[in-house]
Amino acid sequence: MRKILLSTAMMLAFSACGDTDQVTQSPQTATSTDFASTLQEKLLDAKPGDIIEIPEGLHEFNRGLSLTVDGVTIRGAGQDKTILSFKNQIAGAEGLLVTANDFTLENIALEDSKGDLLKVNEGKNITIRGVRTEWTGGPKTENGAYGIYPVQCENVLIEDSIAIAASDAGIYVGQSKNIIVRHNLAEYNVAGIEIENSVGADVYNNTATKNTGGILVFNMPNLPQEGHSTRVFENEVFENNTKNFGHAGTPVASVPAGSGIVINSNDKVEVFNNSIRDNQTANIIISSVYSTGYNDLNKADGFDPYPEGIYIYGNHFEGGGNKPDGAELKGLKLLKFGPTGTLPDILWDGYIDQNKFVDGQPASNNRICVDNGDDVKVLNADGPNGYKNAGLADMADHSCALPKLAKAEFTP
Amino acid sequence: MLSVQSNNLVLANQSFVYDLNTPLFSDYAHKLRTIYTPDGEITSLNMDGDALDFPVGTIISKTFYYPKGANDNEVLKANYAVQNNDDSLPLNTVKLIESRILARRKDGWIALPYVWNDEQTEAILKRTGDVKRLTLVDDDKKTPFAYIVPNTNQCAGCHATNNTTREIVPIGPKIRHLKSLDLFDLGSVQEGLANNSDWQDDSLAVESRARAYLDINCSHCHNEVGPADTSGLHLTPGTPIGPHLGLCKTPIAAGTGTGNRKYGIVPGKPDDSIFVYRMNSDNPAVMMPELGRSLVHEEGVELITDWITSLNGDCSEG
Repeated sequence: MRKILLSTAMMLAFSACGDTDQVTQSPQTATSTDFASTLQEKLLDAKPGDIIEIPEGLHEFNRGLSLTVDGVTIRGAGQDKTILSFKNQIAGAEGLLVTANDFTLENIALEDSKGDLLKVNEGKNITIRGVRTEWTGGPKTENGAYGIYPVQCENVLIEDSIAIAASDAGIYVGQSKNIIVRHNLAEYNVAGIEIENSVGADVYNNTATKNTGGILVFNMPNLPQEGHSTRVFENEVFENNTKNFGHAGTPVASVPAGSGIVINSNDKVEVFNNSIRDNQTANIIISSVYSTGYNDLNKADGFDPYPEGIYIYGNHFEGGGNKPDGAELKGLKLLKFGPTGTLPDILWDGYIDQNKFVDGQPASNNRICVDNGDDVKVLNADGPNGYKNAGLADMADHSCALPKLAKAEFTP
Repeated sequence: MLSVQSNNLVLANQSFVYDLNTPLFSDYAHKLRTIYTPDGEITSLNMDGDALDFPVGTIISKTFYYPKGANDNEVLKANYAVQNNDDSLPLNTVKLIESRILARRKDGWIALPYVWNDEQTEAILKRTGDVKRLTLVDDDKKTPFAYIVPNTNQCAGCHATNNTTREIVPIGPKIRHLKSLDLFDLGSVQEGLANNSDWQDDSLAVESRARAYLDINCSHCHNEVGPADTSGLHLTPGTPIGPHLGLCKTPIAAGTGTGNRKYGIVPGKPDDSIFVYRMNSDNPAVMMPELGRSLVHEEGVELITDWITSLNGDCSEG
């Protein structure tokens, strides 16, 4: 044949258009009777506005499911009644992968996928309600990473859901905007609930217990969006003492067992009116990615590794700090507080950006403010100096208030 | 565009066959790639970057096949051509698995998977995909595996290279991927057109071969607007060596995929690099790419291993 002339200018290559509709018509469409194919077919054929109801029962899948159609609701008969099991999965990095807007998943359980159970990648108006995600063998390193995992989403509501035994985070909202996480239970995960690189999140009325860390607010480098403005309030965060079973190298693998609420490198975080109890390393940890394996080569993006504008007030603390995880913290407790003593409620690794100091002090909006009664103390671990001068912080340095953050509001 | 005649799979008129310098790995399947234009031969094509802008009506097909083994479900690992001289496939020696179709309609491309029947007489649309239990025979080594035919959403999983627009686009037929540009009169567009390396060409620098391999196998997701932009890892050819290419980059949401390693690439240390660990796995929770293979591409792992070994520096913590 003749050579095809390539150009960058618009030109007509064809004199006529074909009847291309033929292409979509198969000579014969295969029919399948098993439920797995039927459900995937329903997901392929869904139209905006459809409600796909899945009946009560245990439904098994050997490949991951996916949905790409906007405006679809998937509804089961209850989080203990309709169970999608991926126990025998041979392919697919998720149980259910959604790349669509206006998506609702409710009253259903997803279990035992190889990778994540539910991932929603880049969707607007995402509602997860009354869902249970669980690895049924309990906390194990070989479990998939995330239970409920919206990433790069906008207007995310996760409520009345249960997340159990994820080897990373049970509920993980990453790189998203406008988020409400409420009335959920997260247990036996490495991280119960994690908000990462997200902007404008309200996390309230949740119960996080028996995780390695209860509720995490993190920022990681090299991502399109840095997070800020998260409110964590009126949660029950207790006994998060499960040994860390995460994979080394993941950000949560560095979370010590016995962590209640952890703020890592994130800015503008308000923690108030929570009940935080019996987390054996510390009820609250405030840290920088410098404490979690950050290295110089990662500085390329001008990432801000410092937690700034942290405001902790009105929480109820009880117990905790009595049996910290890791040799360094154990040694520190023994040295500073004695064999029967405890670490204080708030543990801070001490990393602070001195380049932003004003008159030798952190700028008022960058401070870590603690207004939680006289009994609540801060331990400065002195990370920047190799933990040499760790000790109780002067509470005068943390006696301040910050402007309160706006409520997360949207109509999903 | 393809039909079975006299025990051969033959191409329609107005089809042309193309090959890639470095192809996507698909469980050692061979691929017959054709472009078919029912309304007449293409005489000229507009370019969009280095992508060819095919006219409405164009059908791109990719037929996945293996040289037949001794038994029905045995297929051979073979690094030699098995097609006839006219690019048709001899069905007495070839096992056809599936033909994937990309069709250009007025409102964009659609992707459809067709699966060949056992008699090799007909390919049937399977929008929900399929699983074929095959055994790969490599001399006396036999490896059973589940060959996965993607469902139409999974077609988009790779072909929607922009996760915001989610528009389906061809991946292979781009100037940088084409093995030969003999088909084309490059006219005025020659300047600035880069061609990727042939990943198997030992005479070329290992870096250019590795980058070509990462480009075709990874960058449809791992680009700045792709589905894997959530990881901050961009494996497009233009990404400079640094954290976005994985160098000393900590993972974001890799889960099991870290294999207890801290960084994507540790220069000089392939065994400490998440890249090699994930490429070398067939566990769905670990492996990369997530879709499109059930087997490890040993030669691909070897190439990336060699490249990482050749890199200087270290990831010491600051």
